[in-house]
Formats: sequence, C-alpha cells, structure tokens
Amino acid sequence: MSDDQRDTRSVQSGRPTVIAPGHTFGSVTDKISSIVLTRRTPLFWFVPFLVASALLMVFLAAVAYLFVRGVGIWGIRVPVMWGWAITNFVWWIGIGHAGTLISAILLLLRQSWRNSINRFAEAMTLFAVACAGMFPLLHLGRPWLFYWLFPYPNSMNIQPQFRSPLVWDVFAVSTYATVSAMFWFVGLIPDLATLRDRARNRIAKVIYGILAMGWRGAASHWQKYETASLLLAGLATPLVLSVHTVVSFDFTVAIVPGWHSTIFPPYFVAGAIYSGFAMVMVLAIPLRAMYGLEDLITMRHLDNMAKVMLATGEIVAYSYFFEAFIAWYSGKPLEMFAIWNRMTGPYAPTYWLLIFCNLVFPQLLWWKKIRTNIVWLFVMSLDVLLGMWLERYVIVVVSLHRDFLPSSWGIYSPTIWDVATYVGTLGLFFFLFFLFIRSMPMISIFEVRTLLPQAEVTEGVEK
Amino acid sequence: MKTPIYGLMAEFENPTALAAAARHAREKGYRKVEAYSPFAIEEVNEALGLHHNRLSLIVLCGGILGGLTGYLMQYYLAVIDFPINVGGRPLHSWPSFIIITFELTILFSALATVLGLLGLCGLPMPYHPVFNVPRFALASRDRFFLCIEARDPLFDRHDTAEFLSSLHPREVSEVAH
Repeated sequence: MSDDQRDTRSVQSGRPTVIAPGHTFGSVTDKISSIVLTRRTPLFWFVPFLVASALLMVFLAAVAYLFVRGVGIWGIRVPVMWGWAITNFVWWIGIGHAGTLISAILLLLRQSWRNSINRFAEAMTLFAVACAGMFPLLHLGRPWLFYWLFPYPNSMNIQPQFRSPLVWDVFAVSTYATVSAMFWFVGLIPDLATLRDRARNRIAKVIYGILAMGWRGAASHWQKYETASLLLAGLATPLVLSVHTVVSFDFTVAIVPGWHSTIFPPYFVAGAIYSGFAMVMVLAIPLRAMYGLEDLITMRHLDNMAKVMLATGEIVAYSYFFEAFIAWYSGKPLEMFAIWNRMTGPYAPTYWLLIFCNLVFPQLLWWKKIRTNIVWLFVMSLDVLLGMWLERYVIVVVSLHRDFLPSSWGIYSPTIWDVATYVGTLGLFFFLFFLFIRSMPMISIFEVRTLLPQAEVTEGVEK
Repeated sequence: MKTPIYGLMAEFENPTALAAAARHAREKGYRKVEAYSPFAIEEVNEALGLHHNRLSLIVLCGGILGGLTGYLMQYYLAVIDFPINVGGRPLHSWPSFIIITFELTILFSALATVLGLLGLCGLPMPYHPVFNVPRFALASRDRFFLCIEARDPLFDRHDTAEFLSSLHPREVSEVAH
C-alpha cells in the first residue's frame, strides 16, 4: 500500500495522480496491448477461466434440466412465483449500471479518471446484462417462445399488451443491451486499430483488422468520433436511469403491499449503481494486481469508486428509512404489516443481514484509511454485492409470501436448481469476462494517452 | 515521369508539432490536408478548420423517427389492430405508451449515431493508401502524421516536399497509391 501511494502521489497537490508519472504514449500502448498480443497467457488467467467454464457447464446442465422438467424444479410456488429468478435478474441488471455510469455519465461530467476503468466496466455491463436476460427468459416457462413478447405480424392475430410493465421491461432491457454493445464497440475501434498495427500474428492481424474497419486516426474522423462519443453518452445517460426505473415498475405498478411505492425508481437506480461499483471494484482489484496495472488503475481510482459507493449507499439507506417511515405514516394496515413482517417475520434474518451489509458495514468507507486499503475495499465490495442481492430477495420474496389474506400465505425456499442456475450465471459472467481480458484491451489505450501530460498542445495555436 | 502518388506525409513526434504543422499548411493555402494521430487533438481540428459535422442532425432525425415509430406502433396495435378491453381502460392509454416510445427514441438515436459515424467516416474501408507508408503503423501508437494530398491544387511533388521538410518533421515520405 505505502509503495502504491508513494508512486502515485503527484508532487504539487499531494493527491494521487490519475496515471503514475513516467509513462509515454508508447509505453502505455505497449503495456496494455502486450497483455493481449505478446505476453504469455498467465496461470492466474487459466485457473479462474477453468473454474468459470466449469460453472458455465453447471449453468448449461441446470438450463437443460429446466427445459425438460419446467420451472417447477425451482422453489417457486404460489404465492411466491418470482423467487430467485427475478431476484437474480434485478441483481445482475443493477450490476451492469455502473459500467454505463462510468462510461457515459462520468464522460459528460468530464471526470477524466474514468478513462482507465471504463473499458472493462462497459464489458462488465454487457456480460451482466447477458446474465440478467437469462432469468426472465428461463422464468417464462416456455423460453423458446420468448419472441411472442415482441410485436410482429403473426398468424395467431395477437399482439403484446403495451399497458403491462413486463412488456416495457422487454423493450428497456433489449434497448439497454443493444446500446451498451454499440457504445462499447465504438469505444473499441481506435484500440482495435492499435492491435491491428501491432499484431505480429497473421490471424490476429486479420481479425483485428476486420474489427477495426480501416480506422486510421484521421483528424476528420476523430472530430466526428468525439461527437459520436458525446452523443452516445448523452443517450446512454437517460437510458441507464430509465432501465432500472422500468425494472422497478415491474414491482410498483402491482398493488402488492411493500411494492406499490413511488420511492422505488430512484431507490432502484441508486442501489443498482451501488452494487455495480462494488462489482467493478471486485474485478479491478485482482486485475490490477495480477497484470501489474497499479500505475494505470491507481489508488485514486479505487478511492473515487469507494466514494461513489458510499454516496449511493447513503441514498439507499435513506430509501430504506423512508420506505419504513411512509409505511407507518400512511396508516394503512397492509403497508405497515408488510414492513413489520420484513423486520420480524419468518425472513427477518435476511432483512437484518441486508441492513448490516448495505447500511452498517459500508459506513467504514467514511475513513480514508479504509478507502485506500485494498483488502478492506475488496471485502467491502463483496459485502455490498451480497447486501444488494439480499435487498432484492427481501423485496421479491418477503412481499409476496404474505400479501393480503392469510389463507393465501406461504413460505418460499429455493431448491438446488435455483442455486445451480444462479451460480451458473456467475460462471457465464466470468467466462465471458476472462475471454474479454484475453482478447481485447481491457483498458482504453487511446483514452489513457490523453491523460498523459505530453498529450497537451503546449504552444498556442491561433486560427 | 514518375508514377502518380497519393500525397506526401510528414511524421512528427508530438501533438504540438502536428498542430503547428497543420496550421502552417493551412496558412500556406493547402486545403487537402489530413492529420493522423493516436488520439483526438482539438487544436489540430482547429488548425484544419474542422468545426462542424452533420452527425448531430442525423442523430436528431434518428431520434424523431424512433419516437414516432414507438408511439405510432403502440397506437396502431393497441387501438386499431388488436383492441382489447382491460378493465374498461381506454384503448388509447397514452401514459403507458410513453416508456416504449422513450426506449425506441434512444434505440433509434443510438443506431443513427453509430451508423452515421461509420457513414460519415466512410468506414469500413478495406484499403487506404496511407497504410503504404511503413512507419504509418505508429500512427496508432505514439507518432503524429500530416499528409498533403496530391489532389490539392497547390500540390507539387518537389515544392510540397520542401515545404513539409521546413516544418522540422522526423521524416517526409511519399504515399504510394
């Protein structure tokens, strides 16, 4: 730690710099591209990749069995028909939000420190959305008919119900996935050109060449490229805020006590960013250590991300407080019971564990000592990921299991297949992520170049 | 008689030199000038007179088209093609149509941005003469290039080469077609 801080502290300000001093355009290019092109694939890549592949097999097995036997293999029973599937859906899609926040919102806010973390955070978004998409699809019961959710001319003469939040969700999530993929790919083009020009292997040269589409770094192209980046950021910003808002509509539009609340959209968005930054941290901390990227992903990045986590965590804390307060203040017995049941009912331990994970423990982030300690940050991030998963579990399961009439109450518990599907998507996520860091530059090379002091034009250029 | 060339290219070591060279070339009267760099440099755009592009207009059109598509599709399907009475709610229940209208506005705008960017840049482009200069591979690493194209009215193989040499480049090379 102390090494890290000494290296990355700039002389003038005493604050850690965004990029450690001593780098040139050539050295950052070589350092990042060598991970893909020249360095031997390290053991610490193979081991997690094989573990992730094994978990992916678990996922395929779980899905195959689900196709054969139907969703009854999961623990979902009346009245809790959403169970882990929707919990995991909301959790995964929330994780994706940090990637878009880093790439779009921080770009618009001119937070240049984002330049060395946006690429893999965007990749994380894509893969998290892929994992998220699995759950509503598999939960359909007959997943092969998923395309019935889209409006298309069909011989059955029926159309989707546009007043239903579940159809809104289809549009929101598929738009989010498409726009995130395009944003990520446009961001990759100049770096793909770098890999094309630096690859020695003929096959690699051809593949990166095709993907780079003939990008040559012309000023007239860069000018349009910058406009396109800003426009995509401007489009992705309202989009990312809308996606979790629409996800929260799945709950709020229903009249179930504990769901029917106007605080849900902002509360969901803040929670999404909270868990997303935790996942970025969980990925960034081992990656920078394994690939020796401490000079590009510095303590300043981790400190800043911890601050975003702290801030969004406080918004989430505020929402928990007001959820309980409004339930009491509304004077409605059903709303009051819903909250009371969360705190003292059969699922009370999950609620209090969630409060500890999301509210109590992360308060340690107020201390700079904690924010600049890698081990603490890693533990904190895992804690937040667990806490946010529990939050969704509490919202989905505890609200459904006791709604209105005691005659329709029930107790939900997951089966081994719920666990297998969830752990399987973790496998899918890390499988895709490790393929990505092996084949694409995980840090945006051209954006890191602009962070170097040499990138400034030093003499005045007047027209 | 030598074979015709695409242009002449000078190589620079840093963005300041490239921006100054671009400015000098414009002042000299050259118009078919292109700069190549490993990242965007605002001063170079200024020097080359690159101020506006039509991308924003394309994206605006994409957004309007997306919004109209989203709303009119829902209106047509929910009111005309497949009217279904849900608890007596109006067929044209516009507040619930807003979300998909919004999502399609964003989707079409983003598609317009990406396709517009590729279209305006003429990408994908399988072949371009500048890649014939061996050192041009460094344009995606740490070198900065200025190319004056042969189709410029002021272009002269000898004079232009001399002009480029006067800008203190690392080297000046001919770009074969």
